[in-house]
Amino acid sequence: MSVLTYIESSNGKIKKNGFELASYSCELAKSLNTDVVALTINAEDVNELSSYGIKKIIKVNNESLNKFSASSFADIISKVADNTSSSHIVLCSSLDSKYLAPLLAADINAAYVNNVIGLPTNLEPFTVKRSAFTNKAFSDSSVSSEKIIIGLSNNSFGLVESSVSTEIEELDFEVQNSNLTVDSSEKVSGQISIADADIVVSAGRGMKGPENWNLIEDLADTLGAATACSKPVSDMGWRPHSEHVGQTGKPVATNLYIAIGISGAIQHLAGINSSKIKVVINNDPEAPFFKAADYGVVGDAFDVVPRLNEKLKEFKAQNS
Amino acid sequence: MKILVCISHVPDTTSKINFTDDDTKFDTQGVQFVINPNDEFGLTRAMWFKEKQGASIDVINVGNSSSEPTLRKALAIGADKAIRINSEPLDGFFVAKQIAEYVQTNSYDLIIAGRESIDYNGAMVPGLVAGLLKMNYVTNCTKLEIDNGKAKMDREIDGGKETLSCSLPLIIGGQKGLVEESDLRIPNMRGIMQARQKPLEVLEAFEFSSNTNTIKFYKPEPKQAVKLVSADNLDELINLLHKEAKVL
Ligand SMILES: Cc1cc2nc3c(=O)[nH]c(=O)nc-3n(C[C@H](O)[C@H](O)[C@H](O)COP(=O)(O)OP(=O)(O)OC[C@H]3O[C@@H](n4cnc5c(N)ncnc54)[C@H](O)[C@@H]3O)c2cc1C
Repeated sequence: MSVLTYIESSNGKIKKNGFELASYSCELAKSLNTDVVALTINAEDVNELSSYGIKKIIKVNNESLNKFSASSFADIISKVADNTSSSHIVLCSSLDSKYLAPLLAADINAAYVNNVIGLPTNLEPFTVKRSAFTNKAFSDSSVSSEKIIIGLSNNSFGLVESSVSTEIEELDFEVQNSNLTVDSSEKVSGQISIADADIVVSAGRGMKGPENWNLIEDLADTLGAATACSKPVSDMGWRPHSEHVGQTGKPVATNLYIAIGISGAIQHLAGINSSKIKVVINNDPEAPFFKAADYGVVGDAFDVVPRLNEKLKEFKAQNS
Repeated sequence: MKILVCISHVPDTTSKINFTDDDTKFDTQGVQFVINPNDEFGLTRAMWFKEKQGASIDVINVGNSSSEPTLRKALAIGADKAIRINSEPLDGFFVAKQIAEYVQTNSYDLIIAGRESIDYNGAMVPGLVAGLLKMNYVTNCTKLEIDNGKAKMDREIDGGKETLSCSLPLIIGGQKGLVEESDLRIPNMRGIMQARQKPLEVLEAFEFSSNTNTIKFYKPEPKQAVKLVSADNLDELINLLHKEAKVL
């Protein structure tokens, strides 16, 4: 019985959420009195994981895995789980990991619990706290099967640094053929995705039209943030659908969420509520977002945002 | 082409979330239930295949009799037949096992589900069905075309999208993009009248157990009041974010 965590990489580099996953898995293993094995697929340099308590890494590198395939990746995780007799598998909540998780669960006959926000609160039966109803509530879920796949919510656990020496084992597996193929993929280059961002600058209908988004993009640039929007903004085609956040869009769980000209409808708040700090800029002091935010500025976005941006540039210059 | 659309019966997005029975059950009182929005995008896309390519549409729900109005609504939108597997939907695993079992004896070319249901956010039913039946599977699907038994689809990925193709049978987890918000259909009188005549089959549940159990629900802790900063004092906002919140 050990804990296996699959740590994602991008262009050979461990993804940032991998360190949170490593931290969580080590703490989980401690409570279960067992060891952690980290699995990477097509990562090059995995040494950074040594700073987060990972003593053993299984490194799989195979050209046929350069394009993500949920079924092949699930198959490899399943084989490694079998090799290492892992009973608990920890995954992050990226779109790729959420894609492969149920395939893996069906394959190894495991229970899959996602949106997990902490260590188990009980071991017999294994019980974890999860968010539900798109962050409008939480639940304690107990698991009755022997094998368990845990989907950890982004930014819900944090980092636990612990330097250890790490053994790396390189393994290779045959990759299954499938008639499901990825023909092309487009990533918006030079931009940070909402899932990977520490800061998200989001704007709503209060911005009046797509021609004003330079204010939002400039602010995001200064902060190294991703940009997002409310649903009507994407419905009207002012911004791409991929930026739509909320209950029916993307969930956001960042450190800092800045909402500009967004009223704070219940469906919007549901999706962004698990962000740590929320700032609202809105000219209507009655906007519901003020009830959900930590900090607020009542004011006209067209006046406040450019001035805030200038001041942040000064702040960045002084603090870098 | 035979299409099966999986319909989850969920509280409307504006619902206040409360619990009863010592916080062990969702309180349905005063709650309006609807077709899960992600499933509705899928159903609407299925209607396109029906109208343009002559597909037939069955809809399936694992639930008790309270989900019948939701299934009737799917029939009123234009599905041909509804199937209800009569059981409490215990968890995503249980629901997927029921659907997989049903699909095994009633084969379909295309199964459309939502990428997640907005109540328990399990995001697992279509993936588990795919895994159990070894079917091609694409989730976060934002575009689906089918031509001569070949499917082409877009999948949202973190920071972009990818285009995939495969042969049928296929199961997808759909979301907005499959159709636009403005394509969604409100059933008209004729649709509602016709829906009353359409078959709604109720089947006894297959004997499976669930593998998770919700012991208790909680509501989020009440929030502290917002700290307002004057628009003339934005330095103060930066200072608070830096020193107090420590996010800058
Ligand atoms: C089934 C369903 C699902 C939904 N899912 C989502 C979802 O996932 N995500 C989502 O976002 N919404 C969702 N919605 C829509 C939601 O109910 C709201 O309609 C939407 O969030 C409002 O967007 P908004 O805040 O941009 O626009 P509005 O509600 O129009 O708010 C605009 C705000 O901008 C402010 N403003 C105007 N001018 C200025 C200015 N110059 N400076 C500063 N502030 C200004 C106004 O005071 C107002 O508060 C959903 C709705 C339904 C029915």
